[in-house]
Amino acid sequence: MRLTNRAKHLEKKPMTLAERAYLPAILTGMGITLKHFFSKKATIRYPEELRPIAPTFRGLHVLKRDEQGRERCTACGLCAVACPAEAITMVAGERKKGEQNLYREEKYAISYEINMLRCIFCGLCEEACPKAAIYLQADKMAPPRFERDEFIYGKDRLVEPVDPNARSKRGIQLTAEQAEALARRMAGVE
Amino acid sequence: MDFSALTSFVISWQSLVILAVFGISLLIATYSTYAERVVAAFLQDRVGPDRAGPYGLLQPLADAVKLFTKEEFFPAGANRGLFVFGPCLAMTTALMASAVIPFGNTLLLGNGEVVRLQAIEVNIGMLYVFGVVSLGVYGLMIGGWASNNKFSLLGAIRAAAQAVSYELAMGMALIALLMVTGTLSLRQIALQQYDGLWNIVYQPLGFIIFCVCAFAETNRTPFDLPECETELVGGYHTEYSSMKMGLYLFAEYINVFVASAVMSTLYFGGFSFPGEHLLYNYLTASQSELFAHNVVTILGTVTLFAKIFFFIFFFMWVRWTLPRFRYDQLMRLGWTMLFPLAILNIILTGAFILFFGNKEAKLDVSKEAAPTEIRTVARR
Repeated sequence: MRLTNRAKHLEKKPMTLAERAYLPAILTGMGITLKHFFSKKATIRYPEELRPIAPTFRGLHVLKRDEQGRERCTACGLCAVACPAEAITMVAGERKKGEQNLYREEKYAISYEINMLRCIFCGLCEEACPKAAIYLQADKMAPPRFERDEFIYGKDRLVEPVDPNARSKRGIQLTAEQAEALARRMAGVE
Repeated sequence: MDFSALTSFVISWQSLVILAVFGISLLIATYSTYAERVVAAFLQDRVGPDRAGPYGLLQPLADAVKLFTKEEFFPAGANRGLFVFGPCLAMTTALMASAVIPFGNTLLLGNGEVVRLQAIEVNIGMLYVFGVVSLGVYGLMIGGWASNNKFSLLGAIRAAAQAVSYELAMGMALIALLMVTGTLSLRQIALQQYDGLWNIVYQPLGFIIFCVCAFAETNRTPFDLPECETELVGGYHTEYSSMKMGLYLFAEYINVFVASAVMSTLYFGGFSFPGEHLLYNYLTASQSELFAHNVVTILGTVTLFAKIFFFIFFFMWVRWTLPRFRYDQLMRLGWTMLFPLAILNIILTGAFILFFGNKEAKLDVSKEAAPTEIRTVARR
């Protein structure tokens, strides 16, 4: 009795002469491997070479400054609340007299830390921010490091440098060609 | 005592050639490890080692440093003397085999001196290679036995049984070739193929048998049963670490190099290449006979190395294509297929020679002819 009608009857045939001689099958197999010898490789030589990144890619965070070079972040804590991975911690402080050129509003973040090992790069902090202070950059990633504490990024590594020329030196940098390709794709999207 | 003969030998060009052959064997074995990894990677759509130096070319050096700095481990109950002797023997026999391989014809120096591009010329070169390669299995056996480990011993027994089984068919294939060439000297066999018809034309079946047996003799996949890691952990080198392990791996690559060289010499014309007579005649006419001879010799050496590299690649290509044989399949292939085929090949070859004659009749190899003379004879 058959339980299902999917059972397939297999017949064990004796091997033909060509099969017993192995050689035809071996030559076929070697043809297949030779094809792979010349085919495109799947490996990316990682630090020198990066995969193409989407224009909407969410990479390394940056704390932006406004057009006068003042920090936009007011340490309201909405990003930390929004963060599903609880990767963001901050300490708020009051702006002193004479610091108006450093911080845009009366309250600012004395310390602002993101743990890149916790962060899932979902971008909810970016959505939550009412001051347009935090962004996930499309062209930078948190590079691999040897120690865990090196993944806790403080303000020293998060806040945009005042000097625009120094801004490109953080995180893993795209090559000139890749940056150009990214810019072209972003222009095409917009 | 008179040391003048010895002294003149030590400072002669021939001793330089011996040194070069030794160095080249080691160098090629070193870079075979790199090539193996790159070929494996390419066949699997990867890029392979590329971190150490440009294109990863310093990788063998890094591997050597790693092996040298690893701990020297002796298993408890191992026979220490034999444990060290095993890899030494494997390495020595592997290196010895490259001594008789003719890497090129002769170079004529201006002062009338003739330098053979071959370490030693013996008139039984083929037998010598065969004997020395057979000795190599003692290295594996001694190492496997001295480890005092069941897996090692099993690997060693497999190595011995495999070598004995496949040497038989290999010897039979060589006998058929011997009937065609009429000489055991590798140099003479290479020179005979100067007329453009390589021995593969006369011995296609013999070549297939020889090639399969060469894979088995060098313990390469699909016949790497002595060291199959899925069944025997590591086979005969399970207990080995550090450079002793390295020597075993190295010996395997030298064996591959020697097997490639022997196959190129016996069946694929050795250092001869198509159109060399035309080139020789042209250069003799335009330059001088000496110049033409040397240029053709150097080009021949380059050709031989191209053939050798192709066969080394072939060894790796097969390794990363085929799965391993089961042990009973290995034995069945060796005894019930290759052995009868080899005998059939001898009978067929004998019949052909009876009707068409062999190469010996065309080329008188018994007298020690000067290289240019041989060339003239071969050109007919």
